Amino acid sequence: MLTIAGHQFESRLFTGTGKFSHSKTMLAAIEASQSQLVTLAMKRIDHNKDNDDLLSPLQAMGVKLLPNTAGARTAKEAIFAAELANEMLGTKWIKLEIHPDPKYLMPDAIETLKAAEVLCARGFTVLPYVHADPVLCYRLEEVGCAAVMPLGSPIGSNQGLATEPFLEIIIEQANVPVIVDAGIGAPSQACKAMEMGADAVLVNTAIASSAAPIIMAECFNTAVISGRNAYLAGLGGVVKQAQHTSPLTQFLNV
Amino acid sequence: MSFVEQFKRLDLDDLSMRIYSCTSIDVERALQRPQGNIESLIALLSPAAKPYLEIMAQASYKLTRQRFGANLGLFLPLYLSNLCANECDYCGFSMSNKLKRKTLSEPELLAEINIIKQRGFDSILLVSGEHETKVGIEYFKKVIPIVKQHFSYVALEVQPLEEQEYNTLVGLGLDAVMVYQETYRPHTYAKHHTRGKKKDFNYRLSTPDRVAAAGVDKIGLGVLLGLDDWRVDALLMGHHLAYLEKRYWRTRYSISLPRLRPCTGGVTPKVELTDDGLVQMICAFRLYNPQLEISLSTRETPGFRNNLLPLGVTNISAGSSTQPGGYQNPNTELDQFEISDERSADEMVIQMQKSGLNPVWKDWESNWF
Ligand code: SF4
Repeated sequence: MLTIAGHQFESRLFTGTGKFSHSKTMLAAIEASQSQLVTLAMKRIDHNKDNDDLLSPLQAMGVKLLPNTAGARTAKEAIFAAELANEMLGTKWIKLEIHPDPKYLMPDAIETLKAAEVLCARGFTVLPYVHADPVLCYRLEEVGCAAVMPLGSPIGSNQGLATEPFLEIIIEQANVPVIVDAGIGAPSQACKAMEMGADAVLVNTAIASSAAPIIMAECFNTAVISGRNAYLAGLGGVVKQAQHTSPLTQFLNV
Repeated sequence: MSFVEQFKRLDLDDLSMRIYSCTSIDVERALQRPQGNIESLIALLSPAAKPYLEIMAQASYKLTRQRFGANLGLFLPLYLSNLCANECDYCGFSMSNKLKRKTLSEPELLAEINIIKQRGFDSILLVSGEHETKVGIEYFKKVIPIVKQHFSYVALEVQPLEEQEYNTLVGLGLDAVMVYQETYRPHTYAKHHTRGKKKDFNYRLSTPDRVAAAGVDKIGLGVLLGLDDWRVDALLMGHHLAYLEKRYWRTRYSISLPRLRPCTGGVTPKVELTDDGLVQMICAFRLYNPQLEISLSTRETPGFRNNLLPLGVTNISAGSSTQPGGYQNPNTELDQFEISDERSADEMVIQMQKSGLNPVWKDWESNWF
């Protein structure tokens, strides 16, 4: 069971709502993924409409909604989006995303830390989306973030775990859950992240842009379960034999 | 929450059982992923790891060279005082021991500093017995600025202080604090620390938290090997280290692995740590924590020290005296313990170079930051 800010999740696969061709497919895919936490962009929510075709079915499914601040380019904009989400959706959970760069949507470390500090102080449960930067993750923990969400590779790129060596460090050091976000393009990559000891993964594009999103969502579900179980069981392997050319312990006569 | 709370949650008997029930399969698995993995540390410290010592040594050697290059830091202890208000049955400075007591005056301190500087040292470890009233914060506040004028790295190994006191000393130039728990087994601890403030196990255990919170650059942990089962004590020190590294991630850490030595009125080791055990311990810690500094004192014999140099050690002392004023007036009646390696710094440097290692006299300048 994964616990974030006192909330328990049975599934360690988090999903998104973007990029689906129909909201019906989206709902069916989320259901098939068994995900219990679904992120949605505040910028997509229409102030003037009731948004019922999107929100009510998700709420009926019992999934936890995680509004995100995608589109925000500064800390100020992200804080505004978070407050808006709180007002409109009645949740203090927020996925903090700040990417001023429209081309690769790279997260802005400095603005993210600033916004996290303010939002945590205001009682939000902040899950920041960041580059796989171990020191930044430490700093975000210090200001009170409930989890960290380092990227595996650029958003929507399906390139997998290009940041693997840094993710390993983050996972080793973190005192809060680590959710690998962005870039995971195949179930095998999600499985790998879980084998490495990630607490959860967030997958959107790989499911939404698949030719058969519902089947793909199922595949991700089983991949995440397998990866987690493999991590818990402990990976085995072969010991590389040392060269005995100049033994270092001969003086002990062992 | 200091380490004391976390420590209370550890089941020491269970940990001990786990060390002794490890098999070769556990060790092989540990060799795959030793870094930052406390389960691996258990296996690497276990008796089952003994047949893997050469493999561990090779890996430890490679990791140490990869992380630290061929460098070995040199430091020297400077004993400020042998006054002590505690009774530890393994230590020559114990209150009831009849020996001449001495605390360095400013001229005496300067005389010691001069000799040490002439030998080339730039890193100093200030040591004293634990006597709060006579060798307390006021004395350290006077001594550290004087010492700092001559050495770029100043470490302190004295009684535990309060966070604010450490903070004051950092402002005066303090870089590192060594605070050895001696043993992590409360029962054994109580047996060996019979009088004085040091009796308070938990106060000592929470000291690294206070040191780290005060912004000290480096913290040294250590156990006195021989007071209790060294495997269990080493593992508990590993737990302590893991806790500190996660919480105070800006701090550097070092460990010291002193084996119990004979001393005036002292005890003989209860649990002997053999040479191969010490090698196993150094290698286990190196594999568990590649960036950890491991320091080696002159308690070990010259031949053994030569062999340990490449295995994972990063800092050594040479030509040490363990008594106040001992560099100016060498005699052994005020000693804390007997040293085994009497070689001078110059002799040590020659030995290091023979082993392809580079002696480093200076590697830090806190005044620049
Ligand atoms: S070990 Fe330290 S506290 Fe104990 S008697 Fe020796 S100097 Fe004093």
